[in-house]
Amino acid sequence: MVNVSKTFAKKIVAVDNVSLQVYDKEYFSLLGPSGCGKTTLLRIIAGLVKPDGGEVYIDSKLVNKLPPEDRGIGFVFQTYALFPHMDVWDNVTYGPRVKAWEEARGERIGREMLEMVRLYERQDAFPHELSGGMMQRVALSRALAAGARLLLLDEPLGALDAKIRFELRYDLRRLVKDLGLTAIHVTHDQGEAMAISDRIAVMKKGKILQVGTPQELYTNPQHIFVANFVGENNFLEGNVVKTSEGKVQLELRGGLTVSSSDTSKKEGERVILAVRPETFTIEKGHEKRPNSLFGVVERLRYEGTDIRYEVRLKNEDVVVVVRPSLMEEWFNVGESVTVSFPSEKSYVFTYPGRGLREELAVELTSEMV
Amino acid sequence: MPNSSAVGYFDKVSSRPFVRHLIYSGSVIFFFGIILIPPILGIILRWNAIGEIFESPNLISRASSAIYASFAIALLVSFLDLVAGLPLAWFIARGKSKWLNIIDTLADLPFIIPTVTLGYSLLLYWNGPEGVSQFFGANPLVSKGWLLIALLHFAFSYPAVVRVIVGALFDYKVVYEEAARTLGAAPLTADRTVTLPILKSSLIAAFTLAFARSLSETGATVIVAGAFENGVVFIKNTRDAGQEGPMVFVSFVLIFTASLIYLTIRLLGPRLKMPVKRVWPFVERKLSDFKVKTVRDSFTTLVFFAFVLVPSLFIVFPIVSALSNGTLNQAVSGVGVWQGYWQGLLLSYFVATTVTALNILVSLPMAVLIARKRWGATASTTLDVLSNIPMIVPSIALGASMSIFWRNFAFIPEIALIILAHLSITYPYFVRAMVAAIERVTMDLEEASRTLGARPFTVFRTIILPLTKYSLFAGTIMMFARSVDETGATLAVVTGVKTVPVLLVDWVRGTVPASAMDIALGAGLLVLFSFIILLVLRIVVKGRH
Repeated sequence: MVNVSKTFAKKIVAVDNVSLQVYDKEYFSLLGPSGCGKTTLLRIIAGLVKPDGGEVYIDSKLVNKLPPEDRGIGFVFQTYALFPHMDVWDNVTYGPRVKAWEEARGERIGREMLEMVRLYERQDAFPHELSGGMMQRVALSRALAAGARLLLLDEPLGALDAKIRFELRYDLRRLVKDLGLTAIHVTHDQGEAMAISDRIAVMKKGKILQVGTPQELYTNPQHIFVANFVGENNFLEGNVVKTSEGKVQLELRGGLTVSSSDTSKKEGERVILAVRPETFTIEKGHEKRPNSLFGVVERLRYEGTDIRYEVRLKNEDVVVVVRPSLMEEWFNVGESVTVSFPSEKSYVFTYPGRGLREELAVELTSEMV
Repeated sequence: MPNSSAVGYFDKVSSRPFVRHLIYSGSVIFFFGIILIPPILGIILRWNAIGEIFESPNLISRASSAIYASFAIALLVSFLDLVAGLPLAWFIARGKSKWLNIIDTLADLPFIIPTVTLGYSLLLYWNGPEGVSQFFGANPLVSKGWLLIALLHFAFSYPAVVRVIVGALFDYKVVYEEAARTLGAAPLTADRTVTLPILKSSLIAAFTLAFARSLSETGATVIVAGAFENGVVFIKNTRDAGQEGPMVFVSFVLIFTASLIYLTIRLLGPRLKMPVKRVWPFVERKLSDFKVKTVRDSFTTLVFFAFVLVPSLFIVFPIVSALSNGTLNQAVSGVGVWQGYWQGLLLSYFVATTVTALNILVSLPMAVLIARKRWGATASTTLDVLSNIPMIVPSIALGASMSIFWRNFAFIPEIALIILAHLSITYPYFVRAMVAAIERVTMDLEEASRTLGARPFTVFRTIILPLTKYSLFAGTIMMFARSVDETGATLAVVTGVKTVPVLLVDWVRGTVPASAMDIALGAGLLVLFSFIILLVLRIVVKGRH
């Protein structure tokens, strides 16, 4: 896609000058909150929505003027869109039928696809007789049976319960990879995107903020929204007081000082320091260490493999610290502790002009409307 | 909200199961006792008179031909309405032309024209010397008879068919079509193999509606029939001639056969399979082409204009003449035939208002009973089917059999007979509208209200009614308009008292001597008053909504 834009009703900018390249056989995800434009972008690729500007290429061919049926894509809808008046077999073989493939070929492909998703025995069932997971698999096999080389998936797991969603996400990737297809998967679930994608594009308000592998997005977020949306982060307000070779010194609220290896900001600049909860260490009492902050445990939550602490610092900021539950001693509510973090595992972002809360928001609040 | 003592009392007593059963039972007893059973009993009471028809081969032949003509015309017209109405509905629902809003509004225009006016307008258009006949050198182009009846029925059912299908298309989830397109189907293939089968129930409903309207239409049919007789014309003619036996016989056959056809469609319609497996990709792709689509849409619009809109509005020309040649002064002064006109008009609106108010009271509990299955699913389905029967059967047949029954109660004045007949005819319109609306209100809302302490009548008043008020007002408007328009049943139940559509039929047929200008103006004024009242009602609805 090159400079693709789409505006609805002359005022809602759904896609804002997006350029993106997806490689052959890649499992690519578009990740972002509801309303960020990811589904619109997917529908533009499919030809279901006409862009106001820009070009869409599929397999190096410009497809702007091509209708959906001629783009060689398969689309899995969020609501599956299984034809209610057709049984599973007729749904899956619909694509081969309307493309006038030889009957034998259509039947062979239909059988293969249904066996691949383990639903061949349910071929006589109608959509209303199937569970959510089964409908999702039928929708997927229908899209694959039509011979698509590019698979577009619009929140394909969104309507399923958590356990099924967790299991099916790996099935999806396995199928796509086994068949050698290219997939573009739209989701708002960052865990899902991280688990199955080769690369991810994070979107907000019609724009792409960052594209990268899951590791790149997690360990090196380039935008404060990405830092918050992908994984979890603590955000501490401060100012840059001194920059030197390879390090920057920050003064947080209440005069607390820390340093970071992220030297992208200038002296005197108002910034936000981001530190992931799992990069903090926590010790009893007041221990003077580099990048150490003193505080009191305000709340703790046992989460099975992890313990989650909320520590109120001396400047009243609260940081979340996540530690493995089986490997370390636990701390109690009310205990004085020292939390510290390595400077190379922190990020510094310019303080957002509209305020931190609004910048990180995933949906419009009444104040923003 | 302050609670009046009456409302508070109803709120309180509605908790008692006995009171609720009483209300529902009362509604059902009213339906069976006033609407459904009297016409059946009327036929049974005069069953012996049917023998009269078998004594005359001529009468048998006339009756058979008339019955056959009714069903043949209804089937033909319903089929044509569906074939012609579907493309226009598609164009309105899916098209992107800037003229769409105008066409959408125009498609509704024939709705607001009372059918007797419509009949007269079509008569002038197809049969009159100043209509289309002059362009074809024919005199007339279409004679009074079965073809003119078919053209009339086509025109007045067409907007109803288009509206049902447009509504279905707006409700339809376009994602199914999109899915078909992403699987490689051309637009026409997607429409034929996916959209139409999913809309099947709406297409059947549209067909049934057109069929029922054609079978039932009396006033305008009598105007354009000439010497030709279909079922309703035969009933009117035999009634006027005092031949009760033939009248009862044909009424019975029409009621029975129409009910049977309706039940068959209702039961077997959902099982009808549409051909979706075979595809012709090359041909359908060509037919999906933009140019072909443009030609198709243009042709569809032309058919609509030539066979529906222009004939329906043709009466405007004589109305304009009547306004400028002194007829209006006579009308306003109530001179000559106009005295009867104003009396008829007042009677029409009085009856419509009374019928509407009564029907709301008695059919609301029935609607709740059906929608909420208070007496179980079987009872609900049975009542739903039965409550639709007065809409399916020809109104004149219904009226004829009702008048036989109620005549046994000599103390009932003629105006009450008209009210009873109109109650029956309009009842299904309101029940259907309210059943659909109540079904859309999820039970969760009622249950939430009850857990918060609301009694059943409070729930009805504060939850159901506000959430269904648009359908309530729409149903009210439909009932009112239907009652004002009703001719057949009125013709059948009374002879002395005339509502304005009945009077206009007499004017056109020459039974009452009225000039062409009188007829045109009388028909035009009826349209005007109907339009004003409907506009006021719509403003009230919009304001409250």
